[in-house]
Amino acid sequence: MAKRSAPEVNAGSMADIAFLLLIFFLVTTTIETDSGLNRKLPPMEDVVDPPIIKERNIFTVVVNKNNDLLVEEGPMDISELRAAAVAFLDNGGGKGDDACDFCQGARDTSSSDNPEKAVISLKNDRETDYKVYIAVQNELVAAYNELRNREFARLYPSARLSYIEADRKYSDPRTSSSEKEALKPKLDAVKALFPQKLSEAEPSKTN
Amino acid sequence: MSKFKKKKGGDLPAISTASLPDIVFMLLFFFMVATVMRDSTLMVANTLPAADQVQKLDKKDRVMYIYAGKPSDRYQEKFGTQPKIQLNDKFATVQDVGAFVLAERASKRQELQNVLTTALKVDGETNMGLISDIKQELRKVNALKINYTTRSGDYTQNLK
Repeated sequence: MAKRSAPEVNAGSMADIAFLLLIFFLVTTTIETDSGLNRKLPPMEDVVDPPIIKERNIFTVVVNKNNDLLVEEGPMDISELRAAAVAFLDNGGGKGDDACDFCQGARDTSSSDNPEKAVISLKNDRETDYKVYIAVQNELVAAYNELRNREFARLYPSARLSYIEADRKYSDPRTSSSEKEALKPKLDAVKALFPQKLSEAEPSKTN
Repeated sequence: MSKFKKKKGGDLPAISTASLPDIVFMLLFFFMVATVMRDSTLMVANTLPAADQVQKLDKKDRVMYIYAGKPSDRYQEKFGTQPKIQLNDKFATVQDVGAFVLAERASKRQELQNVLTTALKVDGETNMGLISDIKQELRKVNALKINYTTRSGDYTQNLK
């Protein structure tokens, strides 16, 4: 019997396998994009006569230079801010035309009439840390999102999505345009129930 | 009994290296695709604050970036430790922000000029005064869509 060495493995298809993997990664990886809190600044032009807002419809949040929080004239820990903002927005204390039929809050007459009228006013000091400001913004946006999630689930239980997921799906470029068209009226309806009214005062220079 | 003769250890077949270039190219392409080009070198400290209610930023060609924070170690001798604004590759003052935004806007395609977002990449330790000044400048040039760029994480990380 002649001595036989092991046959060499055919490597001709290796390139095909490599390309297959390459294409797989090309398709599946998405370039990481930045994310953050989107805000809209108010335009510069002076408002001739500012609308009169009742005191009870304003939820004041003040952050001082020591990064302490003052909410509705009382000190508060930031961990309670979200719940307080939700309670304020969802209060629905209005009567008659101002009544809010979907609110589940305490219906306290000394708090907001309805989410349409409720305004959150945020004021900070020039010495406030940016990261604390972001934390406060985050909690206020979270309060709106929590309520919008609730309303979205109530109005469109068949969608099986939360408001956040639906919004994310809507802004995802991979979602087909027909799906987007179906989502848009739902998102707009929920946004109209809880419009984000977050006003920022110019920062104070002292204390 | 030659049929069952034990093979000698010396003559192992050589592993073919013909596909090595393919593997290397594959890796090359992968990294080419997955890496994000940083268009300006950071000259400021940039530890972004954490937030969890975030939205994704728009497509890259619709965003202009403003960095702010303390100058990094090697610039501190020259520029001090007070937070500064960085536009493109150089330090700038608050007054330069408006001109920067207008220049950026002019460099974009016509149809994108009205949908631009300004991403504020600001270090967490910065005072709000600087950010308010930037926001005032942005309002003056009517660049109203802004994004506070954050990393994702719980807000309590910001309070330490």
